Amino acid sequence: MVGLLFLLSLAVFFLFNLLPFDPARLTCGKVCTPQLLEQNRHRLGLDLPPWDQYLAFVRGIFFGRIYAPDQPFPIVCHAPCLGYSFLRHAEVTTLIARALPVTLWLTLGGFIVWITFGVVGGIVAALRRGRWQDRVLMTVALFGYSMPSFFIGLLLIFFVILQLQWLPFPSASAVQAGPFANPVKFFQTMILPWLVIAILNAAFYVRLTRNQVLETFGEDYVRTARAKGLPERTVVVKHALRAGLTPIVTAAGLDIAYLMGGAIITESIFSLPGMGSLSVNAVTNYDLPLITGVVLVAGIFIIAMNLIVDLLYGFLDPRVRIG
Amino acid sequence: MTDAGKEVLEVSNLRTYFPVRSRGVLPRTIGQVKAVDGVDLAVGPGETLGLVGESGSGKTTVARSVLMLVRPTSGSVKIEGQEITRLSQRDLAPVRRKAAMIFQDPYNALNPRHTVGGIISAPFKIQKIEPEGGVKRAVQTLMERVGLNPEHYNRYPNEFSGGQRQRIGIARAVALRPKLIVCDEPVSALDVSIQAQILNLLRDLQHEFGISYLFVAHDLAVVRQISHRVAVMYLGHMMETASRKVLYSQPLHPYTHSLLSAVPIPDPARQRERNRILLEGDLPSPINPPSGCVFRTRCFQAQERCAVEIPPLVEVAPGHKVACHFPIATVPKSVVTEHQAHELAPVEGVPVPPAGPDRVVPA
Amino acid sequence: MSTVHAAKGVSSGATEVPERPFLSVENLSVKFPTEDGLVQAVDGVSLTIEQGKTLAIVGESGSGKSVTAQAIMGLIDRRTARMSGQVWLDGQELMGLPMPDLQAIRGSQIAMIFQDPMSSLHPFYRIGDQIIEAIRVHRSVSKKQARKETIDMLRRVGIPAVERRVDDFPHQLSGGMRQRVMIAMALINSPRLLIADEPTTALDVTVQAQIMELIASIQDEFKITVILITHDLGVVADVADEVAVMYGGRVVERATTAALYLKPEMPYTLGLLSSIPRMDKEMDRLDPIPGNPPSPINLPKGCVFQPRCAYWERVPDDLCKTTRPELLATVPDHMVRCHLEPEVRREISASVLSVLSGGRS
Repeated sequence: MVGLLFLLSLAVFFLFNLLPFDPARLTCGKVCTPQLLEQNRHRLGLDLPPWDQYLAFVRGIFFGRIYAPDQPFPIVCHAPCLGYSFLRHAEVTTLIARALPVTLWLTLGGFIVWITFGVVGGIVAALRRGRWQDRVLMTVALFGYSMPSFFIGLLLIFFVILQLQWLPFPSASAVQAGPFANPVKFFQTMILPWLVIAILNAAFYVRLTRNQVLETFGEDYVRTARAKGLPERTVVVKHALRAGLTPIVTAAGLDIAYLMGGAIITESIFSLPGMGSLSVNAVTNYDLPLITGVVLVAGIFIIAMNLIVDLLYGFLDPRVRIG
Repeated sequence: MTDAGKEVLEVSNLRTYFPVRSRGVLPRTIGQVKAVDGVDLAVGPGETLGLVGESGSGKTTVARSVLMLVRPTSGSVKIEGQEITRLSQRDLAPVRRKAAMIFQDPYNALNPRHTVGGIISAPFKIQKIEPEGGVKRAVQTLMERVGLNPEHYNRYPNEFSGGQRQRIGIARAVALRPKLIVCDEPVSALDVSIQAQILNLLRDLQHEFGISYLFVAHDLAVVRQISHRVAVMYLGHMMETASRKVLYSQPLHPYTHSLLSAVPIPDPARQRERNRILLEGDLPSPINPPSGCVFRTRCFQAQERCAVEIPPLVEVAPGHKVACHFPIATVPKSVVTEHQAHELAPVEGVPVPPAGPDRVVPA
Repeated sequence: MSTVHAAKGVSSGATEVPERPFLSVENLSVKFPTEDGLVQAVDGVSLTIEQGKTLAIVGESGSGKSVTAQAIMGLIDRRTARMSGQVWLDGQELMGLPMPDLQAIRGSQIAMIFQDPMSSLHPFYRIGDQIIEAIRVHRSVSKKQARKETIDMLRRVGIPAVERRVDDFPHQLSGGMRQRVMIAMALINSPRLLIADEPTTALDVTVQAQIMELIASIQDEFKITVILITHDLGVVADVADEVAVMYGGRVVERATTAALYLKPEMPYTLGLLSSIPRMDKEMDRLDPIPGNPPSPINLPKGCVFQPRCAYWERVPDDLCKTTRPELLATVPDHMVRCHLEPEVRREISASVLSVLSGGRS
């Protein structure tokens, strides 16, 4: 875990810092003399050898960092310092801390919607396999799965907001304020993004759940459950689904982790200032410290979710528990 | 036993251990499964040695270790006098011409993407042998010999029934006229009527080509049908070896007694005459086997000595070896019927046990 | 049997004639439509058992014995299979029952144990909880009471250190122990019929002997009627009162156990007996049935065994190839499905058996 994080930071840092463009030049301004460039480079800490740059970066994470302390007005970056965005004149940590809750709410809400519809739909489809309920669900799922999210998003904005005017325009500030400041505004803004994220994922989970349940239907212990005289509903939920839950949990964990890195398209369409928007901005502006920080945080989420999924395995499957 | 040099297969002091790894971030070896722990056996030319035992006895590991499909931890395996435990994969190739294997599951042992012709001709191609009249001709002759229609040369395994697939496996095994075939539960996945066909086929092939078999099985009736000599294994150790006749009529080891008496006989009258010994409990863990005699935890004869001292496999009569401190020399009611009992003389050199089975229950 | 053709769905026992045996399977057929064609798994099977007796259904794989058992239990998916016939348990017809009524019978009146106890227990639930669930689906008792009953039953079936083992997961037990747990679960609601589908096939011989002993003692104690499905004629000789031999989805011979082993008449039964290697005899050569069992998609038109039978030419007019023989009584309590004349069958049987008994012991 710790080793993995170390490797990740190393890879991210060197990958982006070895790219063939010069951050010092980008922040240098229009009238850039070689002297000014050199001064700038020193200010950004780019005059150090790469290895020392990395060490300074890592030290910054734990103890904070002061850029060019020998210069007047040194820039202070507090621990945990993931770098300093000279383009935005802000600590990367601050930028991420502002964007992360937005993404968190987006992911959380979307997840609740999609896992509910996905699993329930999957169970219904499995129970009614071959009948019209199954066919309808599978067809809808196929549509949801094959439709690009920007298309669904634009469609929703066009009809729900512009044509029918059921909802007001999304408000970035309401989202940043969180659900407790102005719940009505918050939900009005988030409901469409949640739907967009949920439609795509629910479609996948309907199919996954259906297949898992149908697969465990063939297991001997499901036959035992029926032989006990359990009602079909109990057989499906408590015995068949319970046994097929592991792959669903795995997929859900990874999907959440992936979304925490930023639902780029959804956030862009609804102008939500989350991790996705942040990384798009960082990339288009060559804001290297910000890119490094965003990718590192996204990576941490993926590693952490993997760990959580592994722990959940032990909880779900007693055979995995040690001892 | 006969002269050592004449044996087709000679195994001595064979040990095959598997490491047990802990789970978690840093897997460590925390123990060893002693699947096979010091086994001696020999198979003579044209002879079948039946190796019986329950699951976990290590019999399958012996079969695999003999052909170096699993590398033994220590000990010696000689095929026609040649020591093969230390040979590299490449040096093993000529050995594989002399020794083949037949597997239990005819569904998994054949590659579903290869035709029957391809499967049976593989040994020729691997060993770069060109039989007289060409490979295809030789394969079709083989197919006919094992009871397959030679016209099915280009069919795939899934088009055949279980019994026919086992015939394919047998044809592949005998293709190069090996001296030894190791059969790992070759009939246990088959229905009785098919099982009998396969047993007859194996026996006919033995007579025709002079093949020796190491026949591993859990079914004592099947082993009795095909074997000349029988070896009984328990938890990685050899318990008893004897000729078929002696093992089934005058077994000495308490484990052999209980095994024989556990098998139901398809004859209600005989079944009622038998006294049956019911073993209690299950096989102990091979990671942490009992001290002394490994069978003592379930043995009705066990005494203090059994927990302390490992009984050596000693020859109590010519060709009859047993590893037990308190063998049962009395005529086993569990096996034979009343009217034959008097024909059997007690075996010399075997002490009469102090007490009989304490858990003999009528069937 | 005046009520054999009673309308399907009549479930009240009041109008039934009391002469119907405890369990009566009447003309049961199960067919599965597949892409390759119609699989005729069970084809007109009729069976009866008196209360407290053990009926063994013997057959090789594909004979339809397991499907018969599952059909009695109502475990065949009615949506994917075509079923006909009737199953009467103590005056109640089961095939036409609506699902909730059937569920009320499963696990309480009829219980079942299966071949592989590892895969038959749910790997994620503690064994005690799995049995408690079986209690509470049929009876409204407190969890505490159910747990007490569970512990008592587990102790009865010979689980050592029950108080500790009751909270184990299936993978923590050995194969024999798992099958004991399955038996405890089957018995927990005092069923009147126990269907054991190859209960010892996956177990070692010494454990097999323990489990068969347990089933026999439980049958004595609880007065349960048992249907034992097996391919092992040795196990049958051990425990069964009556035997039905199945082949190609049909019952081909039915007799008391003694009669079946001493005077079998159907050539298939004879073939089975000559195919088995014997533990108590030394035989030079087995005399197996030639060929392979028929495909259930394409069963022979006449007798299902005719293609493998050595004696069909002794019946005139190719009758075995063209006409399906009926299961008829040859002597009281002994039914045979064969076109051969009874005298001819007995003659064949006697000569085969004399060869068999010629083996050295």
